[in-house]
Formats: sequence, structure tokens, C-alpha cells
Amino acid sequence: MKNLDSVFAAYLIGWGIFFVFSLTVAKRAASLKEELAQLKERLQDSRKERSN
Amino acid sequence: MTRTVVYTLLVCVLMGVSAYAAFYVAPTEATMGLVQRIFYLHAPSGMTSLAAFLVSFVGSVMFLLTRKPRWDWLAVSSAEVGVAFCTVVLLTGPIWAHPAWGVWWAWDARLTSTLVLWLLYVAFLILRTMIEDADRRAVVSAFFGVFAFLDVPLVYGSIWWWRTQHPQPVVFTSAALDPMMRKVFYLSWLSLMCLMAQLIRQRYELEASREELRALEQELEAR
Repeated sequence: MKNLDSVFAAYLIGWGIFFVFSLTVAKRAASLKEELAQLKERLQDSRKERSN
Repeated sequence: MTRTVVYTLLVCVLMGVSAYAAFYVAPTEATMGLVQRIFYLHAPSGMTSLAAFLVSFVGSVMFLLTRKPRWDWLAVSSAEVGVAFCTVVLLTGPIWAHPAWGVWWAWDARLTSTLVLWLLYVAFLILRTMIEDADRRAVVSAFFGVFAFLDVPLVYGSIWWWRTQHPQPVVFTSAALDPMMRKVFYLSWLSLMCLMAQLIRQRYELEASREELRALEQELEAR
């Protein structure tokens, strides 16, 4: 079982990088979605104000 | 949303199966022993990173030809994904090299050109954060993207053109390779290519949302 720790370390690091990267993309997408929803709301409010 | 979840689950299952195959199905290599199993993550990650940089190059060229923003989104999305895969290559390589060569790193042609490739695409991503104007950012980064891709053929050909410490490729060229090793390698590569496609798609959607946000902000400012 020589070097099994190296194999585990490599897979842990590799999978860790993929996981962290996809997590950061998902986080950025969630915060953008929130920002978009807020802006759409503001835009609707301003449209209503104009029509009144 | 449901399609994304299903696809993500499929990719996870595929990656799990390929890791299981790399650990338990592939035979142990006679000379290197267990540490050779890193090869099933390291080499497919390298090939997948080159594929992602190729997609980025196509995006950059197509943007310069058409000036359509979606090509710029594709270029940056795939460059970012390529950097993630290239990081895996640069970190898993030394973990294999230390027991196999006795050193963590050697400044040979393959390793150095891969490090340069990583630095070039990191520079590509940093460059984009430094230019505020979206149109100018897209043009400058497209030119830089084309320039950065010039290193990809060097990385690919380095093991044939120069004497390197890096092992020669055996998957496509050696008939002596154990058929099970070859199958496990292809399975690992397939799983990483699927992961790459999924990550590029997610990252591309992020760019599309950014554009929508920018348009809404402009509309709101105009009122």
C-alpha cells in the first residue's frame, strides 16, 4: 500500500478544486439573481410611478 | 433548473464511478505501483484543460470576427474553467512526481510550458477585471485570448519536440498498454469532459445574467 496517501491527496485536491470552483460559480449566480430581482422590482416601481 | 440538477447529478455519478474504477478496477502498474493511479486524474485533467482553452480560443476568434458578446462570454467562461482544470494538473503532477522522480518539480519543457499556460490564462482573467468598459474589455481580452492559446500547441508538442523528464504519452500510442487501464483512462476523461461542459454552461449563464443586469441598470439610469 505504498504511496496510497499520495493518491488520496491528489484526488482530494483535484475534487476539492472542482467543488470549490462550482461553488463559487453558484454563489456568484445566486447573488446576481438577487440583484436582478431587486432591479426588476425597482424598474416596475418606476414604471408605475410614471403611469400614475 | 431541474435539467441543471439532473445533469449535475449525472456528472457526479460519472465522476464517482471513474474514481472507483481508478482505485479498484484498474490494475496496479508494475514499476510505479499505486502512485500511478494519479495518472487517471492528472492526465485527463490536462487534456480537458487544453479542450477548455480551445473553446476559449474559438470564442475569442469568433468575437473578433462577429463582435457578438455571447462569444466573449464563451471565451471567458471556458478560460476560467480551463484554469481550474490546469490548477488540478499543476498540483497533482508534483504529488505523483515526488515518489516517482524524487523531486516535486523539474523545469522541463512540458512542466514549464504548462505553468506558463496557467499564468497566461490567469493574466487573461485579471486583465478583464482591470477594464471597466465592456466593449473594450471584450476586444482586448479576445486579442489576449488568441495570444495565450499560442502556448497550447507548445504544451501538447513539448514531449515530442524536446527531451523531457515528463513521461511519454502511452494511451494513444502504445499498444502494450493494459486494455483495462485504457478503459479506465477513457472513463475518467469522459467524466471530466462532462464536468467541463457543465461548468462552462453554468459560467456562461452567469455572464448572460451580468449582461441582463447591465441592460436593466442602463434602463433605470435613463429614466
